[in-house]
Amino acid sequence: MISRSLTYRYWFARIFHGFCFVVAWAGVVILGILLFHVTCEGIQWFDLQFLSNFPSRFPEKAGIHSALFGTLWLMGFTALFSVPIGIGSGLYLEEFMHKNRFSRFIDLNISNLAGVPSIVYGMLGLVIFVRWFGLEQSVLAGSMTMSLLILPVIIISTREALRSVPNTIRQAAFALGTTRWQTTYAHVLPAALPGILTGIILALSRAIGETAPLVMIGALTYVAFTPEGPMDDFTALPIQIFNWASRPQQEFHELAAAGILVLLLALLMMNSIAVYIRHKSEKRNP
Amino acid sequence: MFQRKWAKHWREESVKAGLFLCATVSVLTTFAIVWILIREAGVFFQDVAVSDFLFGTQWTPLFDPRSFGVLPLVCGTFLIVAGTALIALPAGLATSIYLSEYASSQTRSILKPVLEVLAGIPTVVYGYFALTFVTPLLRAVFPEVQIFNAASASIVVGIMVLPMVASLCDDTLRAVPASLRQGAYAVGATPVEVTLGVVIPSSLSGIMAAFVLALSRAIGETMAVTLAAGATPKMTMDPFVGIQTMTAYIVQVSLGDTPAGGIAYQTIFAVSALLFVITLTMNIFSSHLLRKFREVYE
Repeated sequence: MISRSLTYRYWFARIFHGFCFVVAWAGVVILGILLFHVTCEGIQWFDLQFLSNFPSRFPEKAGIHSALFGTLWLMGFTALFSVPIGIGSGLYLEEFMHKNRFSRFIDLNISNLAGVPSIVYGMLGLVIFVRWFGLEQSVLAGSMTMSLLILPVIIISTREALRSVPNTIRQAAFALGTTRWQTTYAHVLPAALPGILTGIILALSRAIGETAPLVMIGALTYVAFTPEGPMDDFTALPIQIFNWASRPQQEFHELAAAGILVLLLALLMMNSIAVYIRHKSEKRNP
Repeated sequence: MFQRKWAKHWREESVKAGLFLCATVSVLTTFAIVWILIREAGVFFQDVAVSDFLFGTQWTPLFDPRSFGVLPLVCGTFLIVAGTALIALPAGLATSIYLSEYASSQTRSILKPVLEVLAGIPTVVYGYFALTFVTPLLRAVFPEVQIFNAASASIVVGIMVLPMVASLCDDTLRAVPASLRQGAYAVGATPVEVTLGVVIPSSLSGIMAAFVLALSRAIGETMAVTLAAGATPKMTMDPFVGIQTMTAYIVQVSLGDTPAGGIAYQTIFAVSALLFVITLTMNIFSSHLLRKFREVYE
């Protein structure tokens, strides 16, 4: 390289810069194409009837009423289980536990859990919740499986949020004679709350699109009723989308696209809330 | 006074115990996964020899003549992973180089959220995209491409893991001390020589960690490959024909009417156990690489 002329070296530098630029912005272009394609395909089916109809084998009568309500039930119970347990674990690991061999084991354990394929969580849910607990294909079985799946995400983001709270806050509280829990509850937790909330929303937005674990525990693909309790059968948006997308007819593909629009809108909403919270907390303590 | 102190102590200890119980859930989850996979796969391996399963080249568990050689599924999975690697690794690395070495902070603040959105799109959506956009596009260019094919699935899985590669590599590249770059510039290197000659080599183990983690994600990917890659297990390196991955097989069985408890049904646990072992090994390897990288710079 040294023997090459300067002109060549600068020329190569520019080419490489251009290459990286094009590749990096290609991601934006692909996202644009994806959104454009889904919108083009799905927008004609996207109306009130689509939201209020139950699934049907006639495309013009099909809708996502049961899937939408199934997803709402599922997400509600998933949040109910995963949020307290996730925050609790994060608090214990970050604020209460001493650093020793056991804590390293738990660290390793959680980061490995975060990398387990979601379908394996589905197997876990199938054997433990569906068969042993006898919960069948209920909302409860689905949301417990989903909770285990997103728990590592919540724990990791909670710990990060807690770690970013300056130690001076803890020391000031201890200096006034508070116990560890009083310090944590009254000072550390409020300071870390925006970060924790952001992590929870991102974890739930992962859960809302997860399909494989629900397929594994046997969530139904054709449900013509909305769940009325945690023990009812259910279907969910991603399952309904998968079901429509795997049919050969063009109309059902378009229905899948309309379903995807609903799912993406929900994701967009959750992400904007997360961004808003992050923005607000950055403003408060820059 | 004494009583209040005692109540305080009691509350402190019970809160601690409660939080400890929360933390045990994730440990229990790990043990439960390992335990059910061993137990249920054990039922399968009572009837089928482990060597027949691991080295057999015929996978026909659902119809006669039955054969339980998992290699066609492994081959299908690795075909997808190879395609993913071809797309996501160079593109992800180039994106991270752009983000960390070239982009202004303003550009970063646009690109990073876009990548986050790309990473947050559910896999079933990518499956739909593969089936209704990428496959027709491929078929327009190469007429011999089948409706279900590995190429289309690889492309979308590549797009899916690209943001992950980019953001992990970006973290690694930014952890390389600025003094190294300044030293290289001081002896007259051009930007590309600094990047390729100094920054990349000094962050190689971190980049490798990102690559391994991304490929492990591709192995476990389920819905996109189920929708786009087909359901015909075969040993082939031709990306234009239908194949079946390990994950897609598991989904096929659980959606079908295979009676639970039979040997055909138990296969999904054996396949899951294999999937779990492969991804776990890769994840541990990746965190080992990352630790090596951190030891150097942090």
